Amino acid sequence: MTAMCDVAFLLLSFFILATKFKPPEALSVVTPNSVSSKVAPDKNVVMITLDKEGKVYFSVSDGNTSEKKDIIETVNTSKNIGLTDAEKKNFVNNPSAYIGVPFSQLKSYLDKGPDELKNAVLPGVPVADSTNNELLEWVRAAVGAFQGSKMNLLVKGDNAAKYPSFSGVVFAFKKNDQLKFQLITNPVGAPLGSELQKAQEKSGNKSSEQ
Amino acid sequence: MDTSSGGGHKKGPGVKKGKKLSTRVDLTPMVDLGFLLITFFIFTTTMSQPTAMKLFLPKDVDKPEEQNKLKESAALTLMPSKANMVYYYEGLDPSKLQSSSFKGIRDIVLDKKRRTDPKDFMVILKPTKDATYKNTVDILDEMTIDAVKRYALVDITPDEYKFVEATENANGVK
Repeated sequence: MTAMCDVAFLLLSFFILATKFKPPEALSVVTPNSVSSKVAPDKNVVMITLDKEGKVYFSVSDGNTSEKKDIIETVNTSKNIGLTDAEKKNFVNNPSAYIGVPFSQLKSYLDKGPDELKNAVLPGVPVADSTNNELLEWVRAAVGAFQGSKMNLLVKGDNAAKYPSFSGVVFAFKKNDQLKFQLITNPVGAPLGSELQKAQEKSGNKSSEQ
Repeated sequence: MDTSSGGGHKKGPGVKKGKKLSTRVDLTPMVDLGFLLITFFIFTTTMSQPTAMKLFLPKDVDKPEEQNKLKESAALTLMPSKANMVYYYEGLDPSKLQSSSFKGIRDIVLDKKRRTDPKDFMVILKPTKDATYKNTVDILDEMTIDAVKRYALVDITPDEYKFVEATENANGVK
């Protein structure tokens, strides 16, 4: 009994220490698997999220408040939206204020309080049409805001999202000369007997990421 | 208090011998609670950090002479489409379209790789509009798994899509 008790509490303390609670996410996205073993960055992140219906959302990591401010200022002036300071502040300070609306609805969207923002059903940033790809503007503003520091462009897509919305995101990146970006995935091992696995074994099980 | 005397010290008559209490406590409830907490933490913990897959796009070039030359014999085009099917053809003639599942695509890629000069071999990925994001990531992942050095993610041409659609209709894929 004592031995079992010891083991149980050892396991318990291990799991307590290893647990990192997931921050509550407003968007539930099930990411696909890949053999990539590189951990996703969590600083200076510009995240493009694709939900299961293929809607596109734009967000910036919470730590980068000055960049967020720059982005909203840039978009505000270039698109003549006429946001008030309070609305801008709402975007900068509210972690769940990711952009999932066309420019025409941006003002009314940022008028909402934090609770409303969490539960709002959003139409997504338009990307499907190459003549009206609004993500283009957002990425351009982000590139301008992150000038001088390293920006990590991440795409987090749901398994069920269709290719055209991903293609629209890629189009927005390409037009801004952002040719390097990362796709968020869940790690899986290399399949047995594949060339990748042989290569990993040869290099002493190190990551084969280039 | 006299503590030095041994346990065998005889008490005088009339002094009651203190009942020896057991120091062992019933641990069962504590263990129960322990396991309950363990299960809780096992379920809530997120062990694996999300990883990121890097993707580098080629720059769009307008002038045809600046584009990468591609040998017809060395090209393999893969087109993931609906119902997790992959349509593929070798060379540059989309009418020779064949279909495969995602499981079978590894053999096709490896087979083509074996038959071609490694420095010319190139895989072109053209997901159709019916392909999901998962299909796209899977097929990109397949390139890493099969150690394909040159591959490109390109938009599908309407011509090719017609062939894919025709094949899908013929096979009754909805």
